[in-house]
Amino acid sequence: MTPTIEAHGLTKRFGKATALDGLDLTAEAGQVVAVLGPNGAGKTTFVRTVATLLRADEGTLLVAGRDVRAEPAAVRRLIGLAGQFAAIEPAMTGRENLEMVARLFGQSRRAAKTSAGAVLEQLGLVDDGDRLARTYSGGMRRRLDLGASLVGAPRLLLLDEPTTGLDPRSRIELWEAIRKLVQGGTDVLLTTQYLDEADHLASQVVIIDHGRSVATGTPAELKRQIGGSIVELHVRRDEDLPNVAEMLRRLGHGDVQIDEATRQVSVRVASGGDALMAALRSLHDSGVELEDIAMRQPNLDEVFLSLTGRPTEVSGSMAATAA
Amino acid sequence: MTTAIAHGAAGGRTGLATSTVTVTRRALLRYVRTPQLIVLATVQMSLFFLIYRYMFGGAIQIAGMSYVDFLVPGFIATGVLFTGIGTATAMAEDLEQGFVDRLRSLPIPRSSVLIARAAADTTILAWSSAFTAAVAFAVGFTLHGSALEGLAAFGLVVLFGFAFEWVFITLGLFAGNAQAAQGMGMIVFPFAFISSAYVPVSSMPSWLRVFAEHQPLTYMVDAVRALTLGPHAQALLGHPASYFVGRSLVWTVAIIAVALPLAVVKYRRG
Repeated sequence: MTPTIEAHGLTKRFGKATALDGLDLTAEAGQVVAVLGPNGAGKTTFVRTVATLLRADEGTLLVAGRDVRAEPAAVRRLIGLAGQFAAIEPAMTGRENLEMVARLFGQSRRAAKTSAGAVLEQLGLVDDGDRLARTYSGGMRRRLDLGASLVGAPRLLLLDEPTTGLDPRSRIELWEAIRKLVQGGTDVLLTTQYLDEADHLASQVVIIDHGRSVATGTPAELKRQIGGSIVELHVRRDEDLPNVAEMLRRLGHGDVQIDEATRQVSVRVASGGDALMAALRSLHDSGVELEDIAMRQPNLDEVFLSLTGRPTEVSGSMAATAA
Repeated sequence: MTTAIAHGAAGGRTGLATSTVTVTRRALLRYVRTPQLIVLATVQMSLFFLIYRYMFGGAIQIAGMSYVDFLVPGFIATGVLFTGIGTATAMAEDLEQGFVDRLRSLPIPRSSVLIARAAADTTILAWSSAFTAAVAFAVGFTLHGSALEGLAAFGLVVLFGFAFEWVFITLGLFAGNAQAAQGMGMIVFPFAFISSAYVPVSSMPSWLRVFAEHQPLTYMVDAVRALTLGPHAQALLGHPASYFVGRSLVWTVAIIAVALPLAVVKYRRG
């Protein structure tokens, strides 16, 4: 079957900044593909290019076999886009919003009514369907926005950071809605900064950084590649840091991370439970005083560190180059 | 369920008429259902009119007629500029809030989005001008021309408004956010005030008069004025109505011919 998305050497520059730097990505039909990366990695630029909102400078991009550059109108008929902002009309009801988009997809008045009703039901918005959207909560707006991208029955749904800024409960509700769609046979491309989101929703994850794809695989494959768990120790005294670091070096594989400011030391370990026990034993003998000890899943920073050999620069300051 | 509908149905784009009507309806509903917007659109122009009528009306003498008869056509014709600031802001807001992105990702002719904005805002402008005209009649304005000339004058105002909408759509597209759009909207002030709208151009110092006499708004104001003043027009303006109407229409066409393609190109490039 034709892949839903095929990108080869996709490049997009904004002035001096290179948002996409020869990106290669293939999304097979019948899959949810998550594009994972920090701010400024090129996620939004990629989605906007697929959505025909931007033109790539170089490379090729096919959506369901259609060239985005040559046949943008055909591509628009195949996609539904839900962005980071809830792009709905607050002065119209949920139902009116959906009917409007359905009409713009070329549906007759009657068909538009039917599909708007179906989407409201699908997203659990039937009771609120006839209220003005400006009275909706943030989570409901996001669901309505998702609905607007669905009402044209697209073959490919593009979700750009669909849960950014949502509270945990709304986030889980939206995940639930997305999962149902996938069961209904819609292909999904979503971007996210959250590893757990990719893990929950995607059958394939593409990790991108600086406009290039750095790793591809199922969530399980990637986790295996990244390796089990992280053991993290928080010591009370600065002078204990070198000893603890040395001890963890013997336990784990990979580099030991030392954060002097917070007096924390962490290491990646293959099997979390055993490593934690071993760490506790040697600490007991050494007399090091601990604030805290923890075992956890690697976060996005550590995934990046492990894949690219350097930190993500994800925090705060990179927001300026977010694209 | 949506699965009953074929995924990515074949067929080309949705028609221009359907898309334009659908997007226009949304813009109009936004006005009508947002109290601040519809109240502003309804009373703002007439409130300012009343201020001019009663504050300056006593101080400004126009030979051979009352100030209210002089003021009303000028005031309403100039109102199209101030209404336009709202258009620039609305266009920029749609860009800023991702609504334009949604529309651009849909299989509709891209021009429909711009035509819809112009159509909706021209409708609002017609409403607000009609309301101001009604208030004007209530406070002593008299139509000296025929009823048909009066209607023609109103039609001209709406047409000028439509032409200027394209300028403001372009401004809004370039501004990119509502605040910048409002700032850029300040460009209307010299055109509105250095014109024949509120005072006769002959009362201005000569360097201002050069600009005032040759800028498009003065021709538009005088065209509307000539139609409403009837027999008084020739004496005040020195030319018959047809002279001003003709010139104002040339300006209208010229404004559309420049601003419309500019808006379309800017919108396409994103």
